[in-house]
Amino acid sequence: MSGLVEKSSFGGLRTRLLLPAWFTIGFFLVIPVLTMLVYSFLTKEFRGGVLWEFSLAAYDQFFFDRGLFGDEPPKIEWTYITIFWRSIVQAAVATLICLFIGFPTAYFIATRSPQTRNLWLFLITVPYWVNLLIRTVSMKFLIRDTGPLNHWLMQTGLIDSPIHMINTNFAVQLGLFYSYLPFMVLPIYASVERYNFSLSEASADLYAGRWTTLRRIVLPSVKPGIIAGCILVFVPSLGAFLAPDLLGGAKTFMIGTLIEEQFKGAAGNWPFGAAASMLLLTLVMVVLLFYARSHSKQALHH
Amino acid sequence: MKMMFKTVTTTATLAVALGLGSTTAHAEGSLSIYHWFEYIPQDLLDKFAAEHDVEVTMDTFDSNEAMLASLKAGKMGSYDVSVPGDYMVEILANEGMLDTIAEGELANRGNMEDKWVDVSFDMGRKHSIPYQWGSTSFSVNKDVYSGDINSTSILFDPPAELSGKINVLDSSGEVLALASIHLGIPQCTTDRDQLKALNALMQESKGHWASFNSDGAKDVLVSGDAAAGMIWNGFGAKARSELASLEYAYPKEGYIVWMDNVVLLKDAPNRANALKFMDFLLEPENIAAVSNFAQYSAGVKGVNELLTEDLKTSRESNPPADAPAGSFIQVCDEATQKLYETIWTNVKK
Amino acid sequence: MNAKALDQIKRYPGFFPVALLCLVLLYTPLLVVMIYSFNDSPSITLWGGFSLRWYEDVFFGLEATKLRKAAWNSVSIAVMASICATIIATAAAVGMVRSGAWRGKTASFALLNLPIMVPEIVTAVATLIFFSTIGFKAGYATILVAHIVFCIPFAYLPIAARLQGIDSNYEQAALDLYATRWQAFKRVLLPLLAPGIISGFLLAFIISLDDFIITNFVKGAGVETLPTAIYGAIRQGIKPNIMAISTLMLLVSILFVTVSYFVGRIDEKKHAG
Repeated sequence: MSGLVEKSSFGGLRTRLLLPAWFTIGFFLVIPVLTMLVYSFLTKEFRGGVLWEFSLAAYDQFFFDRGLFGDEPPKIEWTYITIFWRSIVQAAVATLICLFIGFPTAYFIATRSPQTRNLWLFLITVPYWVNLLIRTVSMKFLIRDTGPLNHWLMQTGLIDSPIHMINTNFAVQLGLFYSYLPFMVLPIYASVERYNFSLSEASADLYAGRWTTLRRIVLPSVKPGIIAGCILVFVPSLGAFLAPDLLGGAKTFMIGTLIEEQFKGAAGNWPFGAAASMLLLTLVMVVLLFYARSHSKQALHH
Repeated sequence: MKMMFKTVTTTATLAVALGLGSTTAHAEGSLSIYHWFEYIPQDLLDKFAAEHDVEVTMDTFDSNEAMLASLKAGKMGSYDVSVPGDYMVEILANEGMLDTIAEGELANRGNMEDKWVDVSFDMGRKHSIPYQWGSTSFSVNKDVYSGDINSTSILFDPPAELSGKINVLDSSGEVLALASIHLGIPQCTTDRDQLKALNALMQESKGHWASFNSDGAKDVLVSGDAAAGMIWNGFGAKARSELASLEYAYPKEGYIVWMDNVVLLKDAPNRANALKFMDFLLEPENIAAVSNFAQYSAGVKGVNELLTEDLKTSRESNPPADAPAGSFIQVCDEATQKLYETIWTNVKK
Repeated sequence: MNAKALDQIKRYPGFFPVALLCLVLLYTPLLVVMIYSFNDSPSITLWGGFSLRWYEDVFFGLEATKLRKAAWNSVSIAVMASICATIIATAAAVGMVRSGAWRGKTASFALLNLPIMVPEIVTAVATLIFFSTIGFKAGYATILVAHIVFCIPFAYLPIAARLQGIDSNYEQAALDLYATRWQAFKRVLLPLLAPGIISGFLLAFIISLDDFIITNFVKGAGVETLPTAIYGAIRQGIKPNIMAISTLMLLVSILFVTVSYFVGRIDEKKHAG
C-alpha cells in the first residue's frame, strides 16, 4: 500500500508532463468546439459555405417555422425538435433493451467460476472489437426482406411473406442495441463482481425469496454499474450516425443523420449543422452533469 | 516483456510495409478526378495512366448538389476535373469555379458532335466537354405492379402495391423538376400558388417513399428493398440486367434529360494532365468504353458503331415513339432557388 | 448456509438463456457475413457453393489497389496516432497520478477525457470547421491529427489505472539513491508500467483503425481509410467482396483482442507468482 499520503514523486514536473496532453486536446478539440459555436451564429452562403456575418438564422430555422416564403408569423417548428425527441426516444429504447438483456448476462457471467468467467468476457468483448461499420452492415444484410433471416423464417414456415424490418424505426433500435450492448454488459459485470454475496446470504436467512433479494439488495448495490452502463449506451446512441443511415433508409432522420446532411450531403447549411451540433452537445453535457451530480451524492452517502 | 513487445511491433510493421505498401512505381505526374460513383470503368483509367505515365486518383459523389457542397466546403484546389450535370455546369461557372479552356488547347475538340457544341449551359464549350447524356425517370418491378407504369403518378400518387416501397434520388434538382413536370407547372416558377402546390405535393408524396438514395438506387431495386425507384436510364439498364422484371418508364407527363460534362476546375493542380484526360475522353473508342460500361449515350462522333448490341437496342437508350421529349433541368435565380431549397428542406426534415 | 442454498440465492432462472441469447444476437450477423463471404454466387441471396473467389478479388481484383491504399492509410495512421497518443498519455498519466492533490486536478481529468465525452459527430463537425477556418488543408495529415486527439483518453485510462496500482515507493527509493527523475522513470517505473502502456497502445490502435465518422468528415481528396472506402462501397449495395473484407477485418480484430488478452494474462500470472 502506498500509504495515506500520495507521494508526489514527479510532482515538480507535473505541468511539463501534462502540457502535451493539455495542448493537443485544448487546441484540437476545445478550440474547434468553440469555433463551431461561432459558426452557429454566422450566415449561410448561397449554395454552401459561410459568410462572416452575425445571424441567428441557424437557431431560428431550428425552432421556428416562418412559412414557405419566410414571411409568415413564426410558429414553433416542430420537425427538428421532433428529430431530437425521436433520437432521445430511440436512444432510450436501445438503452432499455441493452439493460434487459445486458443485466442478466452480466450477472450470470459474474457468478461463474473464474475461468468460465474469463471465457464469457472474452466472447462478449470480441464483437465489440469488430469495426462498427462492419457490424452495422452485417445487421443490415441479415434483416433485409430478401436476407437470410427472412429466408430462414419463411423456410421453417413461421411466416408467409417477409417481415419488413429494414428502413424502420425497429431496425435502427436494433442497430443501436447491437452496436453498444457490450458497453452495458461490462460496467454491470464490474459492479456485480465486486458485490458481496454474503449480503444475499443474509437476506435469505431472513426468509426473503431470491427475486426480492434481487430487487432490494442486489440492484441497489450494483446501481453504479447500471448507471454507468446506461450512460455508455445512451450518449453514443444519441449522436449515432451509422445505424440510422444504413438501417433507417435516411427517412428516419436522427440527430446524427441530420447533422451529417448539412456537411456531407447536399444540404450545405454549415451554420445550421453547427447549431444542431451545439444543441446535441448541450444535451449530452446535461446528461453527464446529471450523472456526475448523482455520483457525487452517492459518494457522500457512502 | 519489453523485448517481446519490441519484436512484435517491428515484425508487424515490416509485414505491413511489405504486404501493403503501394506496388506501383512512382509515375511522372498525377491527375485528381472528382467523379460520380460507378461511372467510369477502372481499366479505362488504367489505360490513361499507362499511356500518359500519370497516377490517377478518383473521389466520388452521388449527386450534383453533394459535389457542389463539397467543392465549396474547401475541396477546390484538390481536384483537376469534375463531372457535373448540365445545370450544375452553369452554376459552377456562375460561382467562378471553372477554368477556361483556350482555343487550341484541346486537340480533339473537333470530335464533339455538333449538336452538343453550343449548349445553353456552356456556349462554345469554354469550360467543358460532353461526357455522357441520358434521361432520368424511374424503374418499376413488374412482378410487384403489373399495371401501366408510364406516368409520374407512380412516384407522386402511387398505387397501393407500390406505396412505401419507392426509392427517390437524393437530389433536389432532379426530384423537384420531376415533381414540377407532374404538376404541369414550369420549373423556376415564382407564382406563389404553384410553389405552395409543389410544397404540398412533396409533403404528400413523401409518405409513400421508403428512402432517399442515389448511389444505392440500383441496389434497392435489385435487392427488393424498393419496388419502384427513380433512376437514370443507364443505371436502370444495369439494374435490369441483374433483375429482369424491372422496366424503365417514359412517363407521358414528361421526364428529365441531362448531359454530364467533364469540366476543368479552377486552381487545378495538374492542369496539363487534366487537358490530356479531356482529349482522351474525346476519342471515340475511349468514350465508347464508358458508354458500354455505364449504359448511356456519348456526345462524340463515331461512337455508335463501337457500342454493344444490347446498348444500341435497349429500351433505356431508345424511347418508344409515343414517349414525349424530355426536359432539361433549369437553373433558377438566387431568390427563386432559395424557395426551392426550402421546399427540399421541408421534404428532408 | 450450505452450498446448495447459497446457490439458490445466486442463481436466477432465465438469466442463463438471456446470456445465451446475448451471445447469439452478437454473433449471428457476423457469422452470417462470414459464411456468405465464401459464397460462390455473385448474388448475395443465393448460395452457390463454397469459394474463395471474393478473397481473391479483394487482393487481386479491380478494386484491389484502391483497397490496398486504404488499408495502408488505415494502418499507418493507426500506428502513428497510437504511438503519439501513448507517449502523450503516459506523460499525462505520470503527471496526474504521481503529483499529489492540486487545484485544477479535476478539470485536468475532465479535459483529458473530453474526447470520449463529446459525441463523435460533434467532434467530427467541430474539427472540420476548425481545420477549414485555419486553412489546414484536408488530407492525410488532418486525419492523423484528429486521430491522435481522440486516441489520447483511450491510451490514458489503462495507463493511469495501472499506475495507480503501482507503489510509488519504488521510484521514491530510486530517487533517494540519487537517480535522476528520468532514470527513475525509465529504469524503475517504466518496466512496471509496461503492461498498462501496451494495453493503452492496443486500445488506441483499434480505436483509430475503427474510426469512421471523424475520418469521413476530415479526410481530403483521394484519401481513404478502410472504413470510409467500405462505407462508400456499401452505399451502392452489399457486394460479396465487401463481405470478404469484413471477414478479414473481423479476423484481424479477433487477433488483436487475443493478443491483448494474453498479454493481460501473462501479466496476471507474473504478479500472482
